[in-house]
Amino acid sequence: MTAGLPPRRDRAATRPPRKRLGAMLVIGLAGLGLLVLLAVVAPWIWGDDADRLGPEVHLGSSGEHWLGTDALGRDIFARTLVATRPTLELSALATLIASTVGIALGGLVWVGGPRLRAVGLRVIDVMIAYPAVILALAIAAILDPGPKACVIAIGAAGSPTFARLTANLTASVAGRDFVGSARLLGVGPLRLMRRHILPNIAEPLLVLLSVSYAHTLMALSALSFLGLGVQLPDYDWGQLLAVGLQSLYTNPVEAVGPAVAVVLAGLSASFVGDGLAAAAERSSAPAMKAKASGAAESDPVSAIPDRTAGVPDDAVLVIDGLRVLRADGTALVDGVTFHVGAGEIVGVLGESGSGKTLTAMAVARLLPGGLHATARRAVLRDPGADELDLVASGSESAATRRRLATEIGIVHQDPSASFNPALKLGGQLTETLRVHMGVSRREAARRAVEQLEFVRITDPKARLRQYPHELSGGMRGRAMIASALLPRPRLVIADEPTTALDVVVRAEVLRVLRAANERDGTAMLFISHDVGVVGDLCDRVLVMYAGRLVEELTTADLRAGRAEHPYTLALLAATPHLDDTPSPEDANGDRRLAAIPGHPPRPDERPPGCAFAPRCPAVSPICHATPPPVHAPAPGLSVVCHLPGRRSATEEKPSEATR
Amino acid sequence: MTALTPNGPSATRGGSVGSDTPVMTVDGVSAVFGHGPRRKTVLHGVDLALLRGRTLGLVGESGSGKSTLAKVMVGLVRPVGGRVLLDDTDVTRWRGRAELFTRRRQVQLIPQDPYASLNPRMTVGETIAEAIDPRRGGATRHRNAVERRLAQVALGADAANRYPHEFSGGQRQRIAIARALAVEPALIIADEITSALDCSVRAEVLNVLTALRRDLGLTMLFISHDLAVVRHVSDDVAVMRHGRLVEVGTAADVFGAPREPYTRLLLSAGSPGAR
Repeated sequence: MTAGLPPRRDRAATRPPRKRLGAMLVIGLAGLGLLVLLAVVAPWIWGDDADRLGPEVHLGSSGEHWLGTDALGRDIFARTLVATRPTLELSALATLIASTVGIALGGLVWVGGPRLRAVGLRVIDVMIAYPAVILALAIAAILDPGPKACVIAIGAAGSPTFARLTANLTASVAGRDFVGSARLLGVGPLRLMRRHILPNIAEPLLVLLSVSYAHTLMALSALSFLGLGVQLPDYDWGQLLAVGLQSLYTNPVEAVGPAVAVVLAGLSASFVGDGLAAAAERSSAPAMKAKASGAAESDPVSAIPDRTAGVPDDAVLVIDGLRVLRADGTALVDGVTFHVGAGEIVGVLGESGSGKTLTAMAVARLLPGGLHATARRAVLRDPGADELDLVASGSESAATRRRLATEIGIVHQDPSASFNPALKLGGQLTETLRVHMGVSRREAARRAVEQLEFVRITDPKARLRQYPHELSGGMRGRAMIASALLPRPRLVIADEPTTALDVVVRAEVLRVLRAANERDGTAMLFISHDVGVVGDLCDRVLVMYAGRLVEELTTADLRAGRAEHPYTLALLAATPHLDDTPSPEDANGDRRLAAIPGHPPRPDERPPGCAFAPRCPAVSPICHATPPPVHAPAPGLSVVCHLPGRRSATEEKPSEATR
Repeated sequence: MTALTPNGPSATRGGSVGSDTPVMTVDGVSAVFGHGPRRKTVLHGVDLALLRGRTLGLVGESGSGKSTLAKVMVGLVRPVGGRVLLDDTDVTRWRGRAELFTRRRQVQLIPQDPYASLNPRMTVGETIAEAIDPRRGGATRHRNAVERRLAQVALGADAANRYPHEFSGGQRQRIAIARALAVEPALIIADEITSALDCSVRAEVLNVLTALRRDLGLTMLFISHDLAVVRHVSDDVAVMRHGRLVEVGTAADVFGAPREPYTRLLLSAGSPGAR
């Protein structure tokens, strides 16, 4: 139950949740509201009717007595309505006891330190294992039967659930950095609990509260039904039901009123609980809006001129007008056109959210659920076979899947997360060869050893029998590259393979990728946000911003600072360098980097003109209104800008961060 | 290993002021994780002095003990040997609640992930007010102080009323810096604070640090595996490997004329394009 905790680092989820209640929540709240209203007014309106003795006993349903009368001739409909107040009151009281005691216990267990925690959690576990109603029966039997005993019993029996949830949620929140930071500031444990932990676990607790209210109502009614709860002459629904049941065979309608009331109240509270849980789920998951009606009115792809004419014939990958769309029609990647030549390493440079990873995943047909790709053309070329269409809709044939698995190799960002920790390396490395290429087990192992040797992993034969955790981080990274290279793919897609690595391991990974490119002529699409790494490894660079391609240039030009697009220039200026050219010093002698003020637009809020215009130091009025034109002097080189190469304003504009 | 102390301020580049007075001295500190056969020594007798008004960059591969050293200095990890001197007082022996409180207020750690280090349910103002007074702090009571801290990290006063999710990663990291400054600590430890950020926003955080070093004479330990970033912000640099300090010196010396082969290896690996 972590629905209330916003996922770490998920930027899409950090926008404020929209305030819309689900249908379930509305029904539940309406039901509960009606019952509360009834509880308030019923004793005033029907109180006298409910206690008035009548001459006609055990009467069936009639116009005067809708639900008949009981053994003393009292109107059961009125009694049921009047009983709403004691039933709801007692349930609320018991839930209050359960939640207060439980949350306090769960909190104490956490505040009390490791030793108390170990003991406390075991005690809570044992209490949970004990059935609540049995516990309540025991407590009610020890105390004298009556509403007080029942409320205490049910409250005590319900508290372990709250204690366990509080302790578990607290443990997960307490491990997060902001709690650690507050501790280092000297914030005391009680204040830590009140300000940092409880607000962050409130949502799941609220859900439990309403669900627990439904349970409590049922349990209290059951105890009253058994004669342990409310005692005559007082009555609640459970008690009415018990009385009604005595004449079930002669006058069944007597039992209907309280029975229906218990069910309705329980359902309403459960609906509220489920509705709250669903709302919490929605507010922490990325918002998926209903499909916008006008999403397809102007297809930007068809507005972009076809630029695949000059692409060399031996290009491995040709992508034209690729778009990645959310279910609501928002384009996360918006009309990207590029190609990767044979033996070419093409870098994709961009910040998080720029669409670089989605572009690569669309090429590999590995888009996450809820997204789909369209393109005018997106093909993997192979001189010995047909072109493989990468965005064709419909189900994939076995042949397509085989070609995807063998012709595209993927190197993921996190090597430790992309191997299955429960399986030995050998099986995982050779899987593609055996499943898709029909290579024998022995031959597959031989090739795996050869490949591990190539990426300079020591003792490759023994490694095949090892589990991923037995390899160091750098070795895992190289093993993953070996795995991607094994089927001799035509294209390797490397998704930020160096981001999580320190400099020494990073250098190894880059060396291995370069060696593979030189040995097999493997084309590569290398995704990174690191200007230095891209400049080191790649032949050509695609710069992406806000889901669009803004510039294609050679790495030599990038390294020399000969970029044309203001965004590329800004990225270069914002990057500190290790080599001997120090950043420019300002009047105070400070070395200052040119920060880019503001932040990229969200995909559904892209301006009509250039997406970079609001942050651009060289902006002119036309940039805001009109989409920038594509200047493409040669295939594989382009810049999408109204004023390419204009950089004069870059140094003069004071940025937000530098005051 | 003999005590390695960075050279005096004479070798610094213009603009930064430093002194020879150490704010914190780490004296032969060793740290161990685990018990029995899993016992692993993470720090082997590390000696390091953090001089007032200077920034020491700490570099090394992952697993070299950088973060453990930071935790020893903050007091989250108790060393098995050696002393940690805060203004000539050995703080490793401090146990009492009041002493721990004092120590925690003297050394502040800025965590790596700006998305996890700010409470999503507290406004920025409340977060910073809590740093000013952890027992009774409130956003309205400390409004002026909060606004001053926000201004120091180039954020407007209106930021105080907003929640962390309304800010970008770079802005969040600046808020985390403001929170650390609000404590007025003798020493700030920045543990990989730029590695979770995109390059365009990383620059704004680095610029704020540069301005703070100039204006407040900040004493800082800056831990990072990004050598270019370390070179940009540091007066002095310490290179760490397998729990030992390999080389300590001014940034100009270590980057310009490294003495140790390991430092040279690190530099050549860390400068793509210069192959």
